[in-house]
Amino acid sequence: MKALLAIIHRDLLLVMRRKSEVLTALFFFVVVTSLFPLGIGADAALLRKIAPGVLWVAALLSTLLGLHRMFAADYQDGSLEQLVLSPQPLALLVTGKIIAHWIVCGLPLVLLAPIIGIQFDLDVSSLYVLMATLLLGTPVLSLLGSIGAALTLGVRGGSVLLSLLILPLFIPVLIFGAGAVYAHSVGLDTSGHFSLLGALLILALAFVPWVSTAAVKIAIE
Amino acid sequence: MSQINHFSNHRLINWFKLSSPSTFYPVAGKLIPFFWVLTFLFGAVGLWVSFFVAPVDAVQGQGYRIIFIHVPASWMSMFIYLMMAAWAGLGLVFNTRLSAMMAQALAPIGAWMAFLSLWTGAFWGKPMWGTWWVWDARLTSELILLFLYLGFIALRASIDDPRRADKASAILALVGVVNVPIIYFSVKWWNTLHQGASVSLTKSPAMAQTMLWGMLLMALCFWMYTIAVTLMRVRAIILEREAHTDWVRQSIEVKS
Repeated sequence: MKALLAIIHRDLLLVMRRKSEVLTALFFFVVVTSLFPLGIGADAALLRKIAPGVLWVAALLSTLLGLHRMFAADYQDGSLEQLVLSPQPLALLVTGKIIAHWIVCGLPLVLLAPIIGIQFDLDVSSLYVLMATLLLGTPVLSLLGSIGAALTLGVRGGSVLLSLLILPLFIPVLIFGAGAVYAHSVGLDTSGHFSLLGALLILALAFVPWVSTAAVKIAIE
Repeated sequence: MSQINHFSNHRLINWFKLSSPSTFYPVAGKLIPFFWVLTFLFGAVGLWVSFFVAPVDAVQGQGYRIIFIHVPASWMSMFIYLMMAAWAGLGLVFNTRLSAMMAQALAPIGAWMAFLSLWTGAFWGKPMWGTWWVWDARLTSELILLFLYLGFIALRASIDDPRRADKASAILALVGVVNVPIIYFSVKWWNTLHQGASVSLTKSPAMAQTMLWGMLLMALCFWMYTIAVTLMRVRAIILEREAHTDWVRQSIEVKS
């Protein structure tokens, strides 16, 4: 547990030393979502309708921007190798890196989403639903993304390949996340969507750290 | 040596011996013509049944006959993914080269089948549903399957070290397996969300016997085709990756 916290602390510290990388991803989120009303037109009814999808897709893409950084820098300077050699179980350390990535790339999206949502004329209860889906969904994105980040370590064209590998796996999260907000806005029950998002989160938490650990070991060999 | 290599002396074929590329290569070469003959046999009979014997559908007219290609292609796209993941998993667990080569050989065929399934589905959808494409659960998940195949191929292609490529792509293939049951059951699970217009054989009330036969024969044809092409591809991959070994250098086929 101590090792887990130490890894999270270290990764967050590294991010704080170089804030620009994180802020770029967040800025990307804001810019992309602001482009849609400009491209589609400022019809409030239409914007309300597309808001869940646009916000969710933008969240996927900006998560993707930060993914490459999860292991790449440590891989290059050799500290990832040291982590593999350390007596602590590697799965724990990988989980720590995933949590750090979520705090940096996922959590700000959850907090930013309502502000963007207002631009799309979403009402207050829809904003709550949107935040709740992002809160459940973005950890799944960080978890699944870690598999891709580990598999593409040191590979030619890694970051482009990463998006090709990982975006198809993100689709279920997108469907249920955006689906919940849409269902809420038309007055349907959202509990099914939330149950499925929760199930995805639990399954991802249970299995993904092991898969990513295996992928990291393959890259280190 | 000749004694050991001559495995027909054994009562049971020694399957483990076949896991060596040098043993598998000639065996696969002998099997390929056999599977091609079966492909053309099943294909000829299947096409004959599906075009001349099977009756015209009461609702859909002649256009329904596209399912004789569409359904086998969809089945194969899912089966091939499962087989590919199984071979990749075997390769990961037992560290056998040939298993990874089999997975590598299967991937393009599976991608082709998924593409064929989507393409013929669009042709079927235009006259029947009035649209080339619907964002229905089954169509979407089949599209994801195609993306997974492409991701697998792309990951393999971009890692230079073949052993690392084997393992990394195996992990990706195993993660993607989650999608296969989703495609298969999508029609049942999302029945309430999406219109019941989805193509579902399980739901259709007793299709004509001859139609079923046509479809099964075409499915067998696709199976044989897949096996034949996989063996051909795996032979090429073996030659490519074992090029440094003596047996490849001395092989007559390579010299000539």
